[in-house]
Amino acid sequence: MSNPNSPDSGDTAWQEYLTGGEQTASAGGASTGGASAAGASAGGSGAADQPEETAGPRRVIGTPPPAAARTLLAPADDGGAQPLVRELPSDPDDPARAKKAELVVAACFILAMLAGFGFLVAYGIVGVGSITGAQHSNLLLGGTLSITLLLLGIGATIWVRQLMPTVELTEQRHVMASDPKDKAAFKETWDEGAETSQFVKRPIVRRSLIAATLPLGIAPIFLLRDLGPLPGKSLDTTVWRKGLRLLVYGTNRPITPAEFSSPGSIISVGPQGFLNDDDAMAKAAVIIIKFRPGEVDYAPGWRPVANKVVENWTVDNIVAYSKICTHVGCPAALYEQTTHHILCPCHQSTFDATQGARVIFGPATRPLPQLPIGVDKQGFLIATGDFAVPVGPSFWERS
Amino acid sequence: MSVERALEGTGTWLDDRLHGARGVRVLLRKVFPDHWSFLLGEIILYSFIILLLTGTFLTFWFQPSMTDVIYHGSYLPLHGVRMSEAYASTLNITFDVRGGLLIRQIHHWSADLFMAGIMAHMIRVFFTGAYRKPREINWLIGIILFTLGLLEGLFGYSLPDDLLSGAGLRILEGVVQSIPLVGTYLAFFLFGGPFPGHLIIPRLYILHVLLIPGLILALVTAHLFLMFHQKHTQMPGKGRTNKNVVGAPLYPYFMAKTGAFFFFVFAAVALAATFVQINPIWLYGPFNPVAMSAGSQPDFYMGMLEGALRVMPAWQWVPFGHTFAFNVFIPALVPLGLLFTGAALWPFLEQWVTGDRREHHVNDRPRNAPTRTALGIGMITFYGILWAEGANDVLAANFDVPLYWITWAARVGIFVGPVIAYIITKRICLGLQRKDNHLIEHGVETGIIRQLPGGEFIEETRPVDEDSLAVLTSRTDYPALGTADTVESDVPPAGMRGGIGRVRERLYKVVTESAPIANGHGNGHGNGHAIESNGHDHAAIGTGAGSGSGPGGSESEDGHS
Amino acid sequence: MLVLFGVGYGLVTSSGSATAAQQVAPNAAQIAEGRTLFEASCASCHGNFAEGTNVAPTLIGVGAAAVNFQVGTGRMPLTANAAEGIRKPPEFNPSQIKALAAYIQDLGGGPPVPSAAQVNPAAGTYGLGQQLFVADCAACHNFVGAGGALTYGKFALPLSASTPTQIYEAMLTGPEAMPVFNDLTITPPEKRDIIAYVTQVRAQPNPGGFSLGRVGPVTEGLVAFLGLLLFLVLAALWITAKHGKAHE
Repeated sequence: MSNPNSPDSGDTAWQEYLTGGEQTASAGGASTGGASAAGASAGGSGAADQPEETAGPRRVIGTPPPAAARTLLAPADDGGAQPLVRELPSDPDDPARAKKAELVVAACFILAMLAGFGFLVAYGIVGVGSITGAQHSNLLLGGTLSITLLLLGIGATIWVRQLMPTVELTEQRHVMASDPKDKAAFKETWDEGAETSQFVKRPIVRRSLIAATLPLGIAPIFLLRDLGPLPGKSLDTTVWRKGLRLLVYGTNRPITPAEFSSPGSIISVGPQGFLNDDDAMAKAAVIIIKFRPGEVDYAPGWRPVANKVVENWTVDNIVAYSKICTHVGCPAALYEQTTHHILCPCHQSTFDATQGARVIFGPATRPLPQLPIGVDKQGFLIATGDFAVPVGPSFWERS
Repeated sequence: MSVERALEGTGTWLDDRLHGARGVRVLLRKVFPDHWSFLLGEIILYSFIILLLTGTFLTFWFQPSMTDVIYHGSYLPLHGVRMSEAYASTLNITFDVRGGLLIRQIHHWSADLFMAGIMAHMIRVFFTGAYRKPREINWLIGIILFTLGLLEGLFGYSLPDDLLSGAGLRILEGVVQSIPLVGTYLAFFLFGGPFPGHLIIPRLYILHVLLIPGLILALVTAHLFLMFHQKHTQMPGKGRTNKNVVGAPLYPYFMAKTGAFFFFVFAAVALAATFVQINPIWLYGPFNPVAMSAGSQPDFYMGMLEGALRVMPAWQWVPFGHTFAFNVFIPALVPLGLLFTGAALWPFLEQWVTGDRREHHVNDRPRNAPTRTALGIGMITFYGILWAEGANDVLAANFDVPLYWITWAARVGIFVGPVIAYIITKRICLGLQRKDNHLIEHGVETGIIRQLPGGEFIEETRPVDEDSLAVLTSRTDYPALGTADTVESDVPPAGMRGGIGRVRERLYKVVTESAPIANGHGNGHGNGHAIESNGHDHAAIGTGAGSGSGPGGSESEDGHS
Repeated sequence: MLVLFGVGYGLVTSSGSATAAQQVAPNAAQIAEGRTLFEASCASCHGNFAEGTNVAPTLIGVGAAAVNFQVGTGRMPLTANAAEGIRKPPEFNPSQIKALAAYIQDLGGGPPVPSAAQVNPAAGTYGLGQQLFVADCAACHNFVGAGGALTYGKFALPLSASTPTQIYEAMLTGPEAMPVFNDLTITPPEKRDIIAYVTQVRAQPNPGGFSLGRVGPVTEGLVAFLGLLLFLVLAALWITAKHGKAHE
């Protein structure tokens, strides 16, 4: 039943096709190990064929494929009594051309070898340690490596095409679906084992096993809990507090309104003491913009109003906005002083800086939060509180 | 010869322990069909091998740590600058390790080629219908590999912690954060706290060098094993049927060809790494969350997601104190999700619509599956428009087009483009089919003009040669959907009942629409049966010339005008 | 929009000049020459006394720096009505530009042309310049000054041809859409650092090969498809081509 040499194994459907419905040749013919392509079925119609599913390709004798493909006509192979038949020709199609090709291939390989040595030499003598050093090294090492590989590829290709004879063989496929007998046998083995294992017959044991493994299965997920802290309320606030000076990013200098006095100016700032803290700056980065009188659409009072700038949060027409785009958090640093548009270069969310940084184009849904600023006793710009709304991209808990 | 004896000795030694003679022999003789497009998968395989090799090299020097250091290496311009160890070690590899820059660039170019190869290979498999039974599993594995490749590339280019890739991580964090209910938790768990934290680079590192390559390796192995076990598909042609494989044996032909191709793949990335700079992180500078550059894009295979983020209008819904940030999680999840889910379901959908559950081992010519091809082109158009939108600021700056116009064009284009592409492609396919039919029926024009006794001029044709005929006539015969004559009553068969049944019938008509070969000789699998002569009088060379004259002759000649 | 220009420039205070280095005081001849040139080439748009018209902003208070920048880069005189002026070959020679600048400076004041010492890249620090540049400039001009897109057809031009003086002046005067970075916000040494960065990075060799314009992953992706994949498709075609059959 499970004899792999059985003529029926897995091949019935096509067997019938190939033999035109006749089942010829007994199991005996198939038990020979090398009975591969059993000789030729004449004329392509049914004949005494027993395709061995473990043997090699069958030769189909009929009109050979064009373009000098070779198939050899040979006597049937009855497995052992006669030596195996040669299936592949030993010489190239065009011996004269092959001779020339041989030289070309050899030249390719020899040049490749030389280039390979060149790589080793270049590695030894070209140092790095500077920009130009890296440049020269890259060019030499890469150049020799590329030449080696390319020539190897070219040589190998010419070898295959010119030195090896063209061959076209045909191999039979097997229907993917297994033979019904095999499937039945499988089912029987499976059912047998299931029954013997008592798994099916004893529900208490089965169910308790499943119950026992359930917590184990969930355990890995639990183990991941300490990957990070819970967000809590941390997304709602930044490090900005009343009294923290605005320092120019990169130079770490505080700034006064008298200095930041040219209309159309913008500069990136951060809270004093946090400029080197990336975690803090990822939410606390701020841009201040200087406007001319009358440019800004102010709202009176102390609370944010949609599409307007809170006047009490500004100093001398200097407005402070969060630099962190409310779309997905890139720093929105592009500012056009003529249109007073703040453009985030990542996805082109555009905010109008004179109207409370309201969104005028692009995927951002919320305006850039405005930071309330004032001046301290020494005249430097300071924050007078944290942002009134969470900074940066939207999240589920944000209202 | 001693070499031969050594080989024989080794072989015997192994065989004594492994019982391999017959099995390995079968393997060596396995026939592989030969078509250039079958090598696209090898591009991916060999790129992956190169990635493993070069990647291992890089791990010997790379430090996956976000600890701040002050740089004092060979790249003098950045002396004294504060940066992470990851960035500093990447500078070290580039400027202080011999061959380091070359290997880094080979690694990155191979990654790009890996993804480009996946796209090309997937498109080839789709348009030739090679995903059909029994290869649906391989198709699904392929889609998973595509997704893993996307992640692997994203994590890989983020490891150096430079300004460009750091911006990408910021976007990743913003996207994760926007997911309803669990977004903030996921973001904090991923980054170990608020962005950027100091854990993301080491975490991405282990995902990039261990977990995902392991998964990819396992799935690639399964993918190749299935391909071996089921045997590769073949293009239609003479002598090629659904029940055979025609080609050359693995040993020595396929081995030689694939070996040559491996060298070409390696040579291609080596050439690129020598002459074209990629990912110059020293120019981008170390990541800091305050800085940003114009023209910031992820690597091209993430371009579609980037474009989706840019094209989306500002939609959100804020009910009862909670935010649904549609503007973020829709572009992040929906377009690619639809494409991949659609692709994964497509083989089964096609089976359901056409009722065709047979095995298919002969590929379709794309024109012979007009609906499938048109749908594929439509989806490629959708993908391509979003991809181009991802580069909208670069396009605007270089082609002098206002920035917002490109976004608006994309917003309209992603809906209109695929529809137009579908219509045009389908018509082209049907037209090509008609052209094939014409060739089959009337033969190839020879350019020889002959004057008939009656005074008419005709062009002589000759029949198409056998090879081409086999290719031209290979069409998939779709089985008829449960026709009435297979049942005895008026009740339609199970799969055709009710609303679903009517939908199925309509879809069936659309999917199987094609220009049939005139004599109804669509013989399914191109097994080389010649079209029988049916008595039409063609002015063919060598046929009875006498039939060329008279009414019968001119009748057919009119068809040639 | 141009009127806004006018209002803007008109209100630029002389804060920049307070800490500027010494300028060679222009003589009366230079100023006179400047006035002549101005009346011939500029007054038609900017008004006879540079007070501005409805097509061009006032030049009162823009300073010699602005004139030197705009005329020195050829942006002015504006030849085409584009969204913004484009760098092109200047119409005036350097001494004429000096004269024009002297005239405008004398007329309305404003930031003067920086001195050579102020713009000397060798005296600047690349590292600090890089930090400032990527925080405040790269969003428009790209990491290395390769340029980028703005809205409504404008763009931030590549900085490949800008001289150190022009870079300084652009920061100081905020031409067109570019914001203003006066000398008290970004001090002269810090401006010098930025100049050091811009001039040195653009001169830096590309150790990895052709830079593809230093645009980034977009051009790299194009090379991957149009270069690598195409090359390999051709290789595959060669490897699998059948003998004696021309394109089958």
